[in-house]
Amino acid sequence: MKPGTSLIAAALALICLLALPYVFTQGFALSLLCQMGIATIFALSYNMLLGQTGLLSFGHAVYFGLGAFCAMHVLRWAGGTGIGGAWAVVLLPLIGGLGGLLAGLILGVVTTRRAGTIFAMISLGVGEMVASIAPMFPALFGGEAGLSANRVFGAPLFGITFGPQRQVYFLIVAWALVAAWGMRALTRTPLGRMANAVRDNPERAQFVGYNPQMVRLLMLALSGFFAGIAGGLSAINYEIVTGETLGANTSALVLLMAFIGGVGQFYGPIIGAVLVTFLQTALSQYTHAWLFYFGLFFLFMVLNAPGGIASLIQLHRDPWRQGLLRWIWPQYALAALPVALTLAGLIGVVELIYRIAGGVEAGETSWKLFGQAIDATRWQPWALALLLLAAGGAWLEKTWSGVAWQWQMVLLATARGNDR
Amino acid sequence: MEFFLVSLLNGVSYGLLLFMLSSGLTLIFSMLGVLNFAHASFYMLGAYFGYQVSRAVGFWPALIVAPLLVGAIGAAVERYGLRRVHRFGHVPELLFTFGLAYLIEEVVHLIWGRIAVDYRIPPSLDFFAFEIFESQYPAYRVFMMAVSIAMLGGLYWMLTRTRIGLIIRAALTHADMVQALGHNVPRVFMLVFGSGCALAALAGVIGGNAFVTEPAMAAAVGSIVFVVIVVGGLGSLAGAFIASLAIGIIQTFAVALDWSLLDTFRDLGWNGDVALSIGAIKLSQFAPVLPYVLMVLILIFRPRGLLGRRDT
Repeated sequence: MKPGTSLIAAALALICLLALPYVFTQGFALSLLCQMGIATIFALSYNMLLGQTGLLSFGHAVYFGLGAFCAMHVLRWAGGTGIGGAWAVVLLPLIGGLGGLLAGLILGVVTTRRAGTIFAMISLGVGEMVASIAPMFPALFGGEAGLSANRVFGAPLFGITFGPQRQVYFLIVAWALVAAWGMRALTRTPLGRMANAVRDNPERAQFVGYNPQMVRLLMLALSGFFAGIAGGLSAINYEIVTGETLGANTSALVLLMAFIGGVGQFYGPIIGAVLVTFLQTALSQYTHAWLFYFGLFFLFMVLNAPGGIASLIQLHRDPWRQGLLRWIWPQYALAALPVALTLAGLIGVVELIYRIAGGVEAGETSWKLFGQAIDATRWQPWALALLLLAAGGAWLEKTWSGVAWQWQMVLLATARGNDR
Repeated sequence: MEFFLVSLLNGVSYGLLLFMLSSGLTLIFSMLGVLNFAHASFYMLGAYFGYQVSRAVGFWPALIVAPLLVGAIGAAVERYGLRRVHRFGHVPELLFTFGLAYLIEEVVHLIWGRIAVDYRIPPSLDFFAFEIFESQYPAYRVFMMAVSIAMLGGLYWMLTRTRIGLIIRAALTHADMVQALGHNVPRVFMLVFGSGCALAALAGVIGGNAFVTEPAMAAAVGSIVFVVIVVGGLGSLAGAFIASLAIGIIQTFAVALDWSLLDTFRDLGWNGDVALSIGAIKLSQFAPVLPYVLMVLILIFRPRGLLGRRDT
């Protein structure tokens, strides 16, 4: 890409970000956008550990949550005294970030001694420890109800009070851009490079004269800083922070986002954060089994595309530049129908099981689909769903070998094109 | 004294249950190098299968059938999931078992609902075994201990006295050599993974009705089991045994004791002023945190764990 094009692309992206709240004016869409922005920072901060330093953390919610609580306490204090007004709200995520940084420095001393599996276990234990300590101090963590505050107080800033959701959105976008820029810049510093070295070969990093534990600790603390910024923004956005924010569910969610998006590329977690946040809200409106589909999707990605969506994009990039993707489109088109059939069969089976087992609403075994009533107690829908699943699966296996073969051709041709 | 004995017995029975989980997890970890995040999920599956089977044909068949079913599922997971993802490296393996734990919890939600199921102690075991001073001790707890001890004795016998145990122990350290001698090492791995899951499921069948069978049970026990194997020393069965018992006993005593720092302050004659929030917390409230605090202390002062051979 020429330098001019990337500048134009950045400008276009910025205009899109600024125009979005005027396109999606409903409160629901706007709050979804805010959620995506917060999730983006959080997922990017997570990737500083997983992608860049090779540390798989199961307790990243601690830094997000402690940052959120720090910000919430300052917000309550500022709201009570009226100090700062809207300025205080603008700078609040920084407080959250400092909280996350401090937590990262303290906890990191214990957790970063080792990398790999052991770090994963210890991060889980430390995360659980913090999450189970929280309910014991209602004064600090608000007990079961959590802590809440009002973000509108004091003097407005150029007429901005942060009352309307749209103003909060712009605040989140601004902080997300700053944080993303900061994390991107960090990958190019000596520390960022050493983090990659420690990830790939800690022994050699040690020979060069760096202390791997120190590098991990610094990366963890900085990652905690950015997670804390995300936490501070969430305190402003929701005006409430509960002890659950610290828990395993939040940690699992950010892991899913970063991984599904792709940890190998800087932009991967952004895709993951946007997609997962969207799926969370969109899917949960249609089916109670959405978490199941979500878990299935995650496992599918782990088994077939461990580099996440970003790695798939990266795979298509070179052939696309050489105009070779036209070889692959027909194959994709051929595979589309069997994929759709298999998915339909799978969803049918899961929904039928769910109705029979009566997960949430007991007694409702039939539902309407395309104006047709489906009764899970009869055998016909089961037969149809299983047939779809089996036939679609068999057909898919056949067509997929064609796709794989065609890919071999494309990759060979791409490699030749690159050599030229 | 009476309180002490009852709590000690309860702690030991809980600790033995923990060891049934942590022994399988440790074996799988030292053999495959995989930390099975879904291990506690197999414990949960064992409890739910035990509930379902015992509703159909009774508790005693369930004691056999449920672990076998779960063991088969575990073996299939190793054969078709873990082995495939193994080539990508350790982090994807860990993520795979993590995703599996997530998925199993959702399956349980979908099939059995979000609230606890009514899994009860079988009537044939619902009586008091003996009296300690004034209080009566339930027979089911004794049964739990008997099953765990029998199981663990069997495991020990199998690992140290039989041919398959010999191959397993050899494959732990010299997998390539064992393969070269003509043994099917991948199948041994599959068997170990399946048996570990079956052991966890057995713990679920006998523990599910003593405690509570609900979708959150996997997450609650899972992190404790991890703490156990870190404290005991990774890869050390004996260490896992000591740590299981220790954590079982510590937690049981902490839950049962209604003591707080504030009481001690009062006993020492400090009144009023020491209204620190830390002082007012009861030890029983502090119980859920104790295992993690123990883990952090061990990591600081003895990073290799109690009996581990290498630093963790």
